[in-house]
Amino acid sequence: MIQLNNITKVYKTKNGEFTAVNDVNLSINKGEIFGIIGYSGAGKSTMIRLLNGLEKPTTGSVIVNGEDIAVISGSKLRAARQKISMIFQHFNLLWSRTVEENIAFPLEIAGIPKGERAKRVDELIELVGLSGRGKAYPSQLSGGQKQRVGIARALANNPEVLLCDEATSALDPETTESILELLLDINKRLGLTIVLITHEMHVIRKICHRVAVMEAGKVVEQGAVLSVFQSPQAEITKKFVSQISDSNETKESIEQILSNYPTGKIVRLTFIGQKTEQPIMSQLIKQFNVEVNIVHGTISHTTSGPYGTLIVQIDGEKENVEAALNMLAQHEIQTEVIEHA
Amino acid sequence: MLEQLFPNVNWETMVEAAYQTIYMTSISTVVTFVLGLAIGIVLFLTSPNQVWASKIVNFLTSSIVNIFRSIPFIVLIILLIPVTKLLVGTIRGTNAALPALIIGAAPFYARMVLISLKEIDKGVIEAARSMGAKTSTIIFKVLIPESLPGLLSGITVTAVALVGYTAMAGIIGAGGLGNLAFIEGFQRSRDDVTLMATIIILIIVFIIQWIGDAITALVDKR
Repeated sequence: MIQLNNITKVYKTKNGEFTAVNDVNLSINKGEIFGIIGYSGAGKSTMIRLLNGLEKPTTGSVIVNGEDIAVISGSKLRAARQKISMIFQHFNLLWSRTVEENIAFPLEIAGIPKGERAKRVDELIELVGLSGRGKAYPSQLSGGQKQRVGIARALANNPEVLLCDEATSALDPETTESILELLLDINKRLGLTIVLITHEMHVIRKICHRVAVMEAGKVVEQGAVLSVFQSPQAEITKKFVSQISDSNETKESIEQILSNYPTGKIVRLTFIGQKTEQPIMSQLIKQFNVEVNIVHGTISHTTSGPYGTLIVQIDGEKENVEAALNMLAQHEIQTEVIEHA
Repeated sequence: MLEQLFPNVNWETMVEAAYQTIYMTSISTVVTFVLGLAIGIVLFLTSPNQVWASKIVNFLTSSIVNIFRSIPFIVLIILLIPVTKLLVGTIRGTNAALPALIIGAAPFYARMVLISLKEIDKGVIEAARSMGAKTSTIIFKVLIPESLPGLLSGITVTAVALVGYTAMAGIIGAGGLGNLAFIEGFQRSRDDVTLMATIIILIIVFIIQWIGDAITALVDKR
């Protein structure tokens, strides 16, 4: 569906050249939700704007829906953009238009006759759950409602691809959840390919099938969300994964346990899929005669199954502890002994 | 009572002068709105990172605007005499004042248009582009509607300034209240005529401002 080949984007600034995207190759399948995560300045905003030609690459090709967005221009590019729509962090609605008129805007651009426009707008308002708010102006809506208008507007011309530019970053946690649910629902119902950029790992966890991690213009890691969560390779990916599994408080308590009980071992266990539902801890205690002290535990749900982390302190005879760790490894549970918090 | 307070006022000439002022102000305001808007949009769209980004066009337009903005209006009227003759066919009378009024006010208004356009959220323009909008669609469906309150309050200020400009148009025989106050009032030491003309100008200015504010409030949905 989307194929990025050897993309480089260089900006000329007063202080010389700046490489925002550096030799990136990506391929995104039809119907999947693909996430690009990175801190600000990593090049992800530029990346997503390459996909609809708001930015043109310095070198490389951007194939979307069989067309090279990097090459086409004028009316051809405008036609392609009607099938690659976009939603934004700050919604970017026209304040001078009502909800209905905002949603009708892309239809006006596409030259849809007035009667049909009204019908389509009604459907879309229904789809995003804004019935009854059609005559309101954006200034009368909450952030979540504004983003729903943004989504309805983006879906107006039945696009093949939806680009989400930090679509939930300006929203509170609860509203974020409901907008993510809506995106997931749209993806399932309409089979839409969604590409999103974010700096929040829980957005990736909640709705993405695959993820690419960007740092300094490069994609440093990519793969299925669950496998990236289970065994992150790059340093930055580990940081992002720990956004979800560990909190700062956990770090503190690990530190405390490490200094209070220097004898035992602190171990981070990562479970995926069915393993999250097995009574492994009690087996461990019965079988090896060790003390297990639970420091921290979480279970998160991703689109392809649950994912859990458990941080425990295992204490006892040295051989017993070793044997216990071996048993865990045999159960295909990722174990990592933590020596420093 | 009015006869006693304003013994020297000839009401017939006063009404005619008021009509001339209103005539000159309204025609020049309408044309200034269109012309200033067009120049302002060109200034905006040719600035860096916009769709028509062009240093040369931007510099030239900006220079012309600045030149005409700095010429004192009274000098502009005289400088424009040949142009006026070509456009209007005469260099005397109410219509002859219009080219100078418009050319004096349009660059001033164009600057205000530019300020309003710059205040539009860049993201909104980007959103329109991402939907596949043409530049003409962006101008008429994004730029103008989204900056309308600013455009309207700008034209209100400009219209009030134009009322003042019409007074100077008296030197080419355009008539109007300002001219009447000067010739009939000041030069013949008839203070009551000057006062009456001023009061009527004041009323016109108040009405313009009131209408401008009301329409601005009506379109502002922010």
